[in-house]
Amino acid sequence: MENNVLLQINNISVVYSDVIQILKAVSLDVKKSQIVSLLGSNGAGKTTTLKSISGLLKPENGKVTEGTIDYEGHNIQNSAPEIVTRLGIIQVMEGRQPFKYLTVEENLRVGTATRWGKPYKKDLELVYHYFAPLVARKNSLAGYCSGGELQMLVMGRALMAQPRLLLLDEPSLGLAPLLVKEIFEIIKRVNQEQGTTLMLVEQNANMALQIADFGYVMENGKIVLEGDAKDLIENPDVKEFYLGVAATGTIKTYKDVKSYKRRKRWL
Amino acid sequence: MEFFFQILINGLSLGFLYALAALGFVMIFKSSSVLNFAHGELMAIGAFLFLVLSAWAKLPIWLAFFLALAGSFSLGFIIERFFLRPLIGEALIEVIMLTVGLAIMFKGLMLFVFGGDIHSYPEFLPQALTLHWGAVEVPGVNVATFIVGLVFLGLFGFFFKYSSQGIYMRSVADNQPAAMALGVHVRRVFAMSWAIAALVCAMSGIVIGIINGINVHEVSAIGLKVFPVVILGGLDSIGGAILGGLIIGLLETFTGGYISTGLREVVPYIVLIIILMIKPYGLFGLVEIERV
Ligand SMILES: Nc1ncnc2c1ncn2[C@@H]1O[C@H](COP(=O)(O)OP(=O)(O)OP(=O)(O)O)[C@@H](O)[C@H]1O
Ligand SMILES: [Mg+2]
Repeated sequence: MENNVLLQINNISVVYSDVIQILKAVSLDVKKSQIVSLLGSNGAGKTTTLKSISGLLKPENGKVTEGTIDYEGHNIQNSAPEIVTRLGIIQVMEGRQPFKYLTVEENLRVGTATRWGKPYKKDLELVYHYFAPLVARKNSLAGYCSGGELQMLVMGRALMAQPRLLLLDEPSLGLAPLLVKEIFEIIKRVNQEQGTTLMLVEQNANMALQIADFGYVMENGKIVLEGDAKDLIENPDVKEFYLGVAATGTIKTYKDVKSYKRRKRWL
Repeated sequence: MEFFFQILINGLSLGFLYALAALGFVMIFKSSSVLNFAHGELMAIGAFLFLVLSAWAKLPIWLAFFLALAGSFSLGFIIERFFLRPLIGEALIEVIMLTVGLAIMFKGLMLFVFGGDIHSYPEFLPQALTLHWGAVEVPGVNVATFIVGLVFLGLFGFFFKYSSQGIYMRSVADNQPAAMALGVHVRRVFAMSWAIAALVCAMSGIVIGIINGINVHEVSAIGLKVFPVVILGGLDSIGGAILGGLIIGLLETFTGGYISTGLREVVPYIVLIIILMIKPYGLFGLVEIERV
């Protein structure tokens, strides 16, 4: 493994309930201190990819049946989440998932589970520094927080674990555009200031590619496209299918043929 | 009037006892959704453990008490490790049936070792613990129950509210997948809740033993009282368990005192049904927070 690669997924296949194959020969690299974004339409297998890293497949009866996931010299495919989290990989799940009946600060304290008994005051301060709106809410129940506050809460909770690799699953889901911008700015700052490596799954391809260093596009359980984020953002296919910009300057009929071909190649 | 106060005090201390017992039950249900049908048997085991250590091994009382609690705590761990853990991932009903099996097994073992007779502890509560107000008398046992109960409720409250382990336990009860994603050791949390539950059971078992003497059948029958208590309070509410305990305790003694001793056991259930008709989740049962 190259020295600056933190996580390497080699040709993994993932199967749910022993029969439903979702990922087919997926390979990807995450370099240290980078932001790697994973794009793709609904049901492409993005969440499944993150879960195969974090160990959360097992409770859903999923399994990595082929290939390996290497993280810093550990083979972590099919490891339990208790183990993976203690190696410094924390997943922030899709749909936010707060502990509704715990206060905001108690939610944050759950983030210390991987290093129980160690001091955590500094980390709380750090989280409140990045996510200032949480300070005013710290003693109220998480169940009553707004969507934006919750997104900050679950990301802050993950930061409490001092992760080396943070897996974010659709942080922008259902948030107002302005808030999305703010959240992405914070993600970028955490990456730069804390040196945290991030893997970012997003529907909002535009935003994700703007802060990412590298990107992968996934369709039907396969990686169909990869490249530097700045190249992907210019890529006509990505533009057309994910950024909602039609390729311009081509003859109409020719374009139709071409996009049909592209689609066919992807599906 | 004195009669009223006497009954009030009896009711409160009985209620406190029920509350303690129910606490252990709620703990397990809250963390793992398992209804523990071996609850009464765990109470009896604690009570007998204390008997063996205090009356048979003749250890100093405080040491016997401490060891009985520590022993029950470990037993809770063992039960989770050897009986429940292999069933993780199986249907809940299988786990619940397992606790029924455990109840029968424990009861059989205790009958085998101790027989069906009533045993009693040596006298150890100091006379000074008995309180008098005019003609109202509070027996030393009840005073001791209050003190021990309050101390432990305080400790548990503190543990769950402020300690990190307590917060991890609550996080598992709240959203298990999210807790797992943050590295909370869910199996360890289950084990911990069984251990704490067994400890609380032992404590209430010992108190019952002091008041009524210890008999396998009787102690485990009182264990069944946790059902009306927790259903009344809301299966998943610790505060509800305490209040539910007090209500059932008071209802029993007041019915027994003012209406008829025969109705004592029945009235609490009638009230329970009425309350459930009005509040189906119990007085403090979790009502889903809908927002999010
Ligand atoms: N536990 C499961 N058992 C069986 N199939 C599953 C399971 N979880 C997910 N799938 C299937 O796997 C496929 C990929 O799901 P996944 O959640 O990884 O997609 P995704 O790319 O994250 O989509 P979205 O953008 O909608 O979140 C879907 O077809 C889904 O139905
Ligand atoms: Mg998803």
